[in-house]
Amino acid sequence: MKKWDITGINDWGWKKQPMGATIPTSGNAEDFKTGDWRTEKPVWDEGKCIQCLLCWIHCPDTSIPVENEKRLDFDFDHCKGCGICAKICPSDAIHMVNERGEE
Amino acid sequence: MAANVATQTTVAMTGNSGCALAMKQINPDVVAAYPITPQTTIVEEFANYVANGLVDTEYVNVESEHSAMSACIGSAAAGARVITATSSQGLALMWEELSIASALRLPIVMHNVNRALSGPINIHCDHSDSMGARDMGWIHLFSENAQEAYDNTIMAVRIAEHPDVQLPVMVLYDGFIISHAIDRFDIIDDASVKAFVGEYEPSRSLLNMDDPMAFGPFVMPAYYMEQRKQMRDALMNSKNIVLEVSKEYGDLTGRNYSLYDNYKLDDADYAIVVLGSTAGTAKYVVDAMRAKGVKVGVLSPRLFRPFPSEEIAEVLSKFKAVAVMDRADSIGAIGGPVYLEIKSALYGVENEPPVVNYVYGLGGREIGPDLIERVVSDLQKIAAGEMKPAEETTFLGVKE
Repeated sequence: MKKWDITGINDWGWKKQPMGATIPTSGNAEDFKTGDWRTEKPVWDEGKCIQCLLCWIHCPDTSIPVENEKRLDFDFDHCKGCGICAKICPSDAIHMVNERGEE
Repeated sequence: MAANVATQTTVAMTGNSGCALAMKQINPDVVAAYPITPQTTIVEEFANYVANGLVDTEYVNVESEHSAMSACIGSAAAGARVITATSSQGLALMWEELSIASALRLPIVMHNVNRALSGPINIHCDHSDSMGARDMGWIHLFSENAQEAYDNTIMAVRIAEHPDVQLPVMVLYDGFIISHAIDRFDIIDDASVKAFVGEYEPSRSLLNMDDPMAFGPFVMPAYYMEQRKQMRDALMNSKNIVLEVSKEYGDLTGRNYSLYDNYKLDDADYAIVVLGSTAGTAKYVVDAMRAKGVKVGVLSPRLFRPFPSEEIAEVLSKFKAVAVMDRADSIGAIGGPVYLEIKSALYGVENEPPVVNYVYGLGGREIGPDLIERVVSDLQKIAAGEMKPAEETTFLGVKE
């Protein structure tokens, strides 16, 4: 899938913008870093994690990457800090902290 | 496109039947429509063609006009050739999607059979419905009679789909007067229509799996104005494509259409500007007046959006007086929509003629030669300096 280069998109003139605002690619939401919307962030305790993947299922922002059926640390470029993963985790492996790292 | 001359057959049918037939010959991929008087018989007849297996069209019976236009937009975005039809309150119900269809640059073709907007509820002809949607970014093509409605339908597909246009087109004709009255006109053969419209090769399509794309995003203020500028540019430029396509159609059929119809304007002293079927009545009056030595002519715009301001201003600037007849009012403005366009077009033009406006025929009110003769008589008085042209419109034939 080709990547759509949106460098400087805020300054694109009307001739450069795609016709009808059609987005000429798929999956480009990945480039939109919504992580900076956070006020709270999740902290993952890998030691307590039982890899049940309930957090991954419930994350509304697909911000928990999974490889070989095992979850990895959070994708902080996209995590909006909703806290659903912390709430759903059955083994207390996730807790929310203030974005600046305080409890 | 083939430069053949099409085989013609003279038929006697209603405007709606003619348009349904044109749709059958075009054989669109999708038709999603909801019935409303006086459009109903287009969709009824087309549904019959579908039921009898005479077209390949996917006919979607929707529950409202709002759904109809939604389905049309979805289908067009998927890459389908889409045609639909409506009138009046139906057009009003799909209002929110009209601007989406044009902003997404989807070449949807729609017959809007001109009918008065409610209230009071009225099923008869006037132009308030399409005029109410004149800023929605659609191309508006007016048809005087069933022949023009049929021809415009076929041309509309090519105009809409042209790579430099990619905008939806509204084909307009008068409710009941043209839609339901049996008229004598010529249709062309199936193969010629098929060759003229050609296969639709959409440049953007949701069903294109190799180049996936998304339609209809949300945008922040940084982007909206540029999109609207694109639309303005495309809509203004579409005038040239209307002329190109019309020329090609003229070579095929012998019927040559332009931006407006010129009836005896060349040596006239006075001009009447009027859209749709009333142009026919006005032409009748022109002939009667000329027999009495009064030189009047009719200018009937075919293309209303984009409005061919330059071309029409050039023609009108040489008249002693001009009457603009509007079958819709722009309530709160000094007169009807065509009047506003004409006044703007003529502003600052050398030899600007006096222009006067008549709102007529609202809600299907009869507009006969007697009322139009009154207009001509006013023009004569204005030109002679015996009458000052009223700035605000006159409601022609209203009961005081």
